[in-house]
Amino acid sequence: MRRPVHAILGTVLLASVVLIQGGCTKRETRDILYIAMGAEPPELNSTKATDTESGMVLGHVMEGLTRINAAGMQVPGVAESWKLTDQGAVFTLRPDARWSDGRPVTANDFVFAWRTAVDPKTASEYAFILFPIKNAEAIVQGRLPPTQLGVAARDDRTLAVTFEKPCGYFLALTSFQTYFPIREDFYTAQQGRYGSDKENLLYNGPFKLTQWIHGAALRFEKNEQYWDQARVKLKRIEVPYITADDSARFNLFKDRKIDLLGLSKNSLDDAVREGFRLKKFAEGSVWFLEYNFISGRLTRNKNLRKAIQLSFDAEEFANKVVGIPGTVPGISLIPGWMQGKSAPFRSEYPVTAVGRDIEKARAYMAAFMKEEGLGKAPSLVWLTGESPLAAREAEYFQNLLKTVLGIELKIDKQIFKQRLAKMMAGEFDIVSAGWGPDYADPMTFADLFASWNENNRGKWKNASYDALIRKAQATTKAAVRMDSMAAAERILLDEQPILPTYERSVIYTHSDRVSGIIRRSVGADPDLSEASARE
Amino acid sequence: MIRYLLKQVTSGLITVYFIATATFFAMHAVPGDPLMGGKATTPEIRANLQRKYGLDRPVLEQYTTFLSNMARGDFGISFTQHNRSVNDIIREHFPISAVLGLLAIAVAATGGVMLGSITAIFRNRLPDRAIMVLVIFGVSVPSFVVAALMQLGITELNRLTGLSILPVGGWGEAGHLVLPALALGLSTLAFLTRLMRSSMLEVTGADYIRTARAKGVSPTGIFFGHQLRNAVLPVITVLGPAIAAITTGGFVVEQVFAIPGLGRYFVQAVHQLDYTVIMGLTVFYGAYLVFMVILVDIAYGLIDPRIRVGKAGGSR
Repeated sequence: MRRPVHAILGTVLLASVVLIQGGCTKRETRDILYIAMGAEPPELNSTKATDTESGMVLGHVMEGLTRINAAGMQVPGVAESWKLTDQGAVFTLRPDARWSDGRPVTANDFVFAWRTAVDPKTASEYAFILFPIKNAEAIVQGRLPPTQLGVAARDDRTLAVTFEKPCGYFLALTSFQTYFPIREDFYTAQQGRYGSDKENLLYNGPFKLTQWIHGAALRFEKNEQYWDQARVKLKRIEVPYITADDSARFNLFKDRKIDLLGLSKNSLDDAVREGFRLKKFAEGSVWFLEYNFISGRLTRNKNLRKAIQLSFDAEEFANKVVGIPGTVPGISLIPGWMQGKSAPFRSEYPVTAVGRDIEKARAYMAAFMKEEGLGKAPSLVWLTGESPLAAREAEYFQNLLKTVLGIELKIDKQIFKQRLAKMMAGEFDIVSAGWGPDYADPMTFADLFASWNENNRGKWKNASYDALIRKAQATTKAAVRMDSMAAAERILLDEQPILPTYERSVIYTHSDRVSGIIRRSVGADPDLSEASARE
Repeated sequence: MIRYLLKQVTSGLITVYFIATATFFAMHAVPGDPLMGGKATTPEIRANLQRKYGLDRPVLEQYTTFLSNMARGDFGISFTQHNRSVNDIIREHFPISAVLGLLAIAVAATGGVMLGSITAIFRNRLPDRAIMVLVIFGVSVPSFVVAALMQLGITELNRLTGLSILPVGGWGEAGHLVLPALALGLSTLAFLTRLMRSSMLEVTGADYIRTARAKGVSPTGIFFGHQLRNAVLPVITVLGPAIAAITTGGFVVEQVFAIPGLGRYFVQAVHQLDYTVIMGLTVFYGAYLVFMVILVDIAYGLIDPRIRVGKAGGSR
C-alpha cells in the first residue's frame, strides 16, 4: 500500500516546483512612476466623461484653453492669452500647441468639441457645463441645431465665445474636460469609437496613452509634441494594477510596486505602524445633511432643523466619526479652500460656527412639537449610503438625536443607484449627501440650492436666495458676484435647509523616490504631470 | 447519443430563455435609474440619454428588442463603459477568468483526489488527521480571507527576503497565477478531498477489491485499476458545476489580486444597474453552466461504462 503514496507525493512536489517560477525580472524605475487605479476609466471621450478616473486620465493626456497649475491658479494652456467681457470671450491660441500626430491644435478643434458636447445625439450628461455659452441649452433641448452654438473660429488661432448671459467664472470652466478640444477629421474617422481605445484618441496634453488593456493596465508616455516640454520630467506613468480593494493597494505599496497610496480610516493605523510619511490635502467635497421640504414632511419646520443644528458638534464629528486627520468640521456650504475675490472666500466672508447648545436645542424642539401638535418626539427617515463612514455617521446621529431630542431615526441604507432614486423621489426626511466641485468658483456650490437646480433634492425654495444667485450669475464683476453669494450663504445658514457636517480631507503617502505630485480639490487628481522619479 | 444530446441542448436553450426573461423583468423591477449619476441632469439631457439607450420605449417593447438582439448574439453597448459592447467585455475578460478558474479547478481536482486518497489510505492516522484539519480550514474560511491572508503573507515574505518571490497582484506573467489560483481553488479542494475520502473508503471495503487482492494483484494495480477509478465518480459529478462556479465566481479574488477578470464587471454592473451588461453576462453565465452540466453527463458515460446515455430509459 505504500508505493502509490510515493507516486502521489512525487507528483505534488513536481507540480509545486513547476508552479513556483515567478517573474523575478528587475523593473525600470528612473523617470517612471507606478500607480494603481481604483477602477478602469469608463469613458475617455471628453465630451461624455463624468467620473473621476476618466477625469484623471484625460487631465494628463489632454489640455484645454487653460489649465490649473500647482498653486491651484488658472494659467494659460492651449490659449496663450484671452480677453473676457460681459458679452463673451476671445481666446488667442498658441502657435506651438500640437496634437500627438504633429498637426496644430486650432480654434476649430474647440468649436467641434463643444458643438459635439451639446448635440442631443451625443447625449452628454455634462452638457450643462456649457450652458453659459449662447444657445447651448436650446441646442440640448433640440430647439436649435448645434451649429448655432455661440462659439466661432475667427481664424486658426482665434476662438470667439458669445455668452448666453454674463459669466464671471467662464475661465474656470475652460480647464474642465468637457471643454477640451477634439479634432473633427480624427473623431469622424473613428466611426463612433472615439475614446474607446488608445488608438481611438488623439492627444494634446503632456502625456499620451501607449497601452490600455481594459480592466488591467494603462501606460502613459511623455508626449513629445506637447508644447511645454520643460514642465514634464517623467518618461512614463505606469498603471499596472486596477483594483478597488483598499488592502490590495496597501500591500502593493508595501511591496514597492506602486509609488502612491491613498489611505482610508482603517489603513491609516497600519500606515503609521509602517512609518509611512503621511501627507494630506483638501479633496474638495463638502458633506451635509439635506432636509426634505416637500409637503407633509416634519423637516419643513425650521425649529426642528434648528434643534438638530444645536445638538450637533461638527468638531467632535470630524475628529471621532470621520476620523481622518485634517478633516475640516462643516460650518458652511462654500468650503474653506475655495478662492474668493483675491483670498480664500471664507476669509473674505467669515462664517461663525454654531456650536452645541443642548438647552437651546431642547427649547427649539419643544417649540417645534408645540407647533406641530406632537405629543412625543417623532421618528424620522434617514437615507444614506453603504460605505463604512455612512454607517458610522448614521449610528452617531441616531444616538445623538435620541439622547438630546428624543428623535427616533429610522435608517434607510441603500446602494448608490437606489439611494439616488430615493433622493430624486423625495423618499426621506434627512439624507446624508455630499457635493464635489466641477470648477474653481464658489458658484459650483452656491447654485446648488437654487430652487431650479435639479441637485436640490430637498426641494428647498427661498426667493431671496434665488434672487441673489441670479444676481451673481448675471455679472462678471467679481465683487458683486462674491458679495451676492456670501449673502445667499448667510440665508442658507440661517434657514438650515442643510446642516454642513464636514469637508473631506484625504491622507496619502508616496514613495521616497518620487516628488512633485500635485493633489488638488478641483480638476484631475492626482496630477502627476510635473512629478519626477529617481532610480 | 445524438438524440440525447439534442434533447439536452433543447432543454438547455429553454433554461437560458427563462433565465434571460426572469432576469430582464427582475432587473427592471429594481428601483433606481441606470442613467442617473451622482449629479442630476436637466430633463432634456435625461430625455436624450433615454432615447439613446432605448429606455423611452415601453418595457415590453424593450423586452422583444432584447430577445431579437440576443438571438443574433448582440447584447448591446454597456451603459457605464460607454464605448464597449457587452460582447467585447465578455471576449476580453472571460478568458482571464477561465484561465484562472481552470487552473484553480486543476489544483482543486488533482489536490482533492490525491489528498482524499491519502486520507483514506492512512485512515485515522497522522496524515489523515493533518489533512482533515487543513480541509476544515479550507471549507470554513471564505476565499476572500484566504486571498487577503496570502497576499499579506507574500508581501511580508518579499520584504523579509528582499526578493520578489511572487507578485502581490497584477496579471500577465505566470507568477501572477499562483496565489489567486490557490486562493480560488482552496475551498473546492477541501470539499473534493472530503468527498474523495468517503468515496474511497466505501470502495476499499467492496467485495471486488478483496477479490482482486486475493488474486494477487499488486497494491498499485488495485489502487489505479479499481479503487481510484470507482472512487472518482462522485468527484466528476460535482466537477461540472464546480468549474462553472469557479470560473464565474472569482470576483473577490480578482479584486484582491487586481486581475481583470469578468467577475468584477458583473458585480459592478449589478451595482450600477448597467442593464445591458447584467443581461449579457447573466445569459452568458447561464448558458455556460448549462453547457458544463451537459459536458459532465458525457464525461460520466466515458468513465463508467454502466452509465450509457441515450439507451432506452437509461440516462441518469
